[in-house]
Amino acid sequence: MPSPLSRRQFLAGAVGAGAAGAGALTWAVANANPPAHRAAPAGRAAGTSLTHGSGTLVLITLYGGNDGLNTVIPYHDPAYLAGRGALGYQPGEVLSLNADLALHPNLSGLKSLWDAKQLAVVLGVGYPNPNRSHFRSMDIWQSGVPDRAETTGWVGRWLDNAGQDPLLALSLGSTLPRLAIGAQRSAGAVPGGNLMLPGGARLTSVFDALERPFAGEAALAAAAAQSGQDLLTVSRTVGHVLASQPDTSVGASNLEPAGTSPTTTTPGAAGSPSARPSGGGRASTLGAQLDVVARLIKGGASTRLYSLSLGGFDTHAAEKDGHARLMGELGSGIAAFLQSLASDPAGDRVVVMTYSEFGRRVAANASGGTDHGTAAPVFITGAAVKGGFYGEQPSLTDLDGGDLKFTTDFRSVYATMLDRVLGVDPASVLGGKFADLALV
Amino acid sequence: MPTPDSSSRAAVAHLLRRTGFGPTAAEVDAAAARGFSATVDALLDFSGPDPADATALPSFSSDLPAGARNLPAAQRQAIAARRRDETGRLITWWLQRMATTVHPLREKLTWFWHGHFATAISKVQRAGFMATQNQIFRSQGAGNFEALTQAVAKDPAMLLWLDAATNVASHPNENFARELMELFTLGIGAYSEQDVKEAARCFTGWRFRPTTNQFTLVGRLHDAGIKTVLGQTGPWGGEDVIHIVTNSPASAPFVVAKLWSHFAYPVAPGDPVVAELAPAFAAGHDVGALVRSMLLHPEFVSDQARNGLVKQPVEWAVGLGRALGLAPGDPRLVAVLRALAQVPFDPPNVAGWPQNHYWLNTASTLLRLRAAAGMAAQADLSALQSVPAAARVDAAAALLSVAAWSDPTRAALGQVAADPRGLLALASVSPEYTLA
Repeated sequence: MPSPLSRRQFLAGAVGAGAAGAGALTWAVANANPPAHRAAPAGRAAGTSLTHGSGTLVLITLYGGNDGLNTVIPYHDPAYLAGRGALGYQPGEVLSLNADLALHPNLSGLKSLWDAKQLAVVLGVGYPNPNRSHFRSMDIWQSGVPDRAETTGWVGRWLDNAGQDPLLALSLGSTLPRLAIGAQRSAGAVPGGNLMLPGGARLTSVFDALERPFAGEAALAAAAAQSGQDLLTVSRTVGHVLASQPDTSVGASNLEPAGTSPTTTTPGAAGSPSARPSGGGRASTLGAQLDVVARLIKGGASTRLYSLSLGGFDTHAAEKDGHARLMGELGSGIAAFLQSLASDPAGDRVVVMTYSEFGRRVAANASGGTDHGTAAPVFITGAAVKGGFYGEQPSLTDLDGGDLKFTTDFRSVYATMLDRVLGVDPASVLGGKFADLALV
Repeated sequence: MPTPDSSSRAAVAHLLRRTGFGPTAAEVDAAAARGFSATVDALLDFSGPDPADATALPSFSSDLPAGARNLPAAQRQAIAARRRDETGRLITWWLQRMATTVHPLREKLTWFWHGHFATAISKVQRAGFMATQNQIFRSQGAGNFEALTQAVAKDPAMLLWLDAATNVASHPNENFARELMELFTLGIGAYSEQDVKEAARCFTGWRFRPTTNQFTLVGRLHDAGIKTVLGQTGPWGGEDVIHIVTNSPASAPFVVAKLWSHFAYPVAPGDPVVAELAPAFAAGHDVGALVRSMLLHPEFVSDQARNGLVKQPVEWAVGLGRALGLAPGDPRLVAVLRALAQVPFDPPNVAGWPQNHYWLNTASTLLRLRAAAGMAAQADLSALQSVPAAARVDAAAALLSVAAWSDPTRAALGQVAADPRGLLALASVSPEYTLA
């Protein structure tokens, strides 16, 4: 089995750094020698199987509440057509998956993966007593705890039990989503652009000395220091993979940004009060995030989980065009990402999952949009994924206050990812046993 | 009375850090000479001229012809460019106020309310509306909470932000009603879904006149029927709902906890310190009186409080700019804040910016270090240079108003004492300076 480069091997590959630019130290220079110990690329075809628990999970959070009924569309259901009116899609427009369900017209990228039997569509995913607040519902999804306030995230609780490596999980963007924050440990954050630190080797060593938690230190001060140590680890380990990325943040020798950062500005919907990533800062476009992840995976990073985000899904008004753009960005982004990894042996282990805090109501509102709803589909795709439908499509007529009743507990999806992709005992993270979906 | 502990210079420095945007060493000296209680009095006295007023609020175009969607591309681009320019000048204007005001607590409360009633220009679009809301926070931020909530709710920025335009009797939009209860006045769990639905009906027809930007109730869009909100039944309008929710028993603990969480350390509404402070606030809704009680509370100078908050990027960058003597109106500061993921007038969502651990991760540490190096490179550090190298680490603490370096920090910074710029850049990302 091809194994990802360990941190130690990575460190051995990244040789001493010299000054670059205006006094800036290149902390991690390009790795001149590609890793030689890797096994030859495995044969790759649909149905590639994943050695249990050896996968890499790419988790894409769709902020704002993605309209599940206009994503996986019950295109012949009279209740759909009646409830959605002009916002609905007609049978002739959609990408049909079977006689009942179809993908949004702009999800042709995912349709190709479906045809290759690499797209799993988990239907009716939600949790009991649905909450229609973006924040509370996203907290529930990201904590993995539906019935009480919980400050840690489900990925964070895995990290708490998984040692000290900040590379184990990486989040794209300058702030962390709650899912990636544990009681003691958090995912590393990659801001976009390169990871070079300013100031030369001397300042680097002082920075290292400065950012060391010590016994008796106040908890927040220790956390600040730990972030510094983790930064050194991340930069030394994967910095060379991102060294050619433009510096999208503040330059070392002046106050001006050294490059322009492409920020998520989905027309129309991006400014919605609840639609932007609350934990992702202003992330770069999904395509740019996926590009960084692809570089890291191809570079042999030992990272097992990547957290990405796409905002703009809070489509209360004039939904159709804006949502269609987002569907296109999502579908073609994922398809291009998996395609770019097709020739890489590590690509076989990659599993992409998308979710949102809730779906939207069956009936459209008076503003050409939809209001906060409940259950929605989850996409899981990758070479090792067993394509098809999982779970049961909720009825559009047997509703709970105008909303779909969930049929698949979201923790079943997490349990499946933890066990089959990450090789982690789901009970240690989720505090209970949830049905396995057997889709990887 | 505060504990004796509050008489120390460190306690007064803590007070100034939490009530402003980075005190200078001279300001700490002056406040220490005055004493803790007298400094609290002075902080809450907003009378007297403010040099920050010397920088006039930029003027904003009244903007946006009807049917802007159908304008030619060149014209739309011109409008977008003008809006970006106006937004940039508005942000710089506020940052400049933060750095130059002699009434820092008024500005800090303005900043707090901006995070509380979090409204973003990304949707509101018009800098002029954001400026008007900002002036409400400034003029009423230490006043009556119910009156503040009423004023903010009727102001164009909030009406646009939470979809008043689509809240009509035939089809209520719940957006404002929900956030009013969840985020502005009560907190989750203190109301039901039915309360949200009923309250949304009360706010139907709330608009502002496009000619005057004044609030108006459009009768034909308003649901004048009987509603029940938090158990009270009547033909309520929006003002009645705001009165009901701000006077609900859950409101004072919620608001007090929010303020304590941003001035001292994060607490839940059920915390004992909140229980102590909430009754007086419930009786009068007097924010200024509450803030005075908070600052004079023994817990405010406790170790938990002194180690209880991480500087938000705006606090960190404005404070560092003041310490380094950088020009307060430098528009490049906006670029720094954009990199650090906190741009005034552009919170990530209606819940505002999270606290503490949200600002501590590998990316934010890297970005702070880069920004600090950039800012130190711009600074005139001759004062620090004139100090013998052996004394520079302490001088840096004084410059940054850090009470004391830990031994490991002192040892680390001592290695770069010969390089004042490197010393300042690293001191700015020390665990001590990272905390508020």
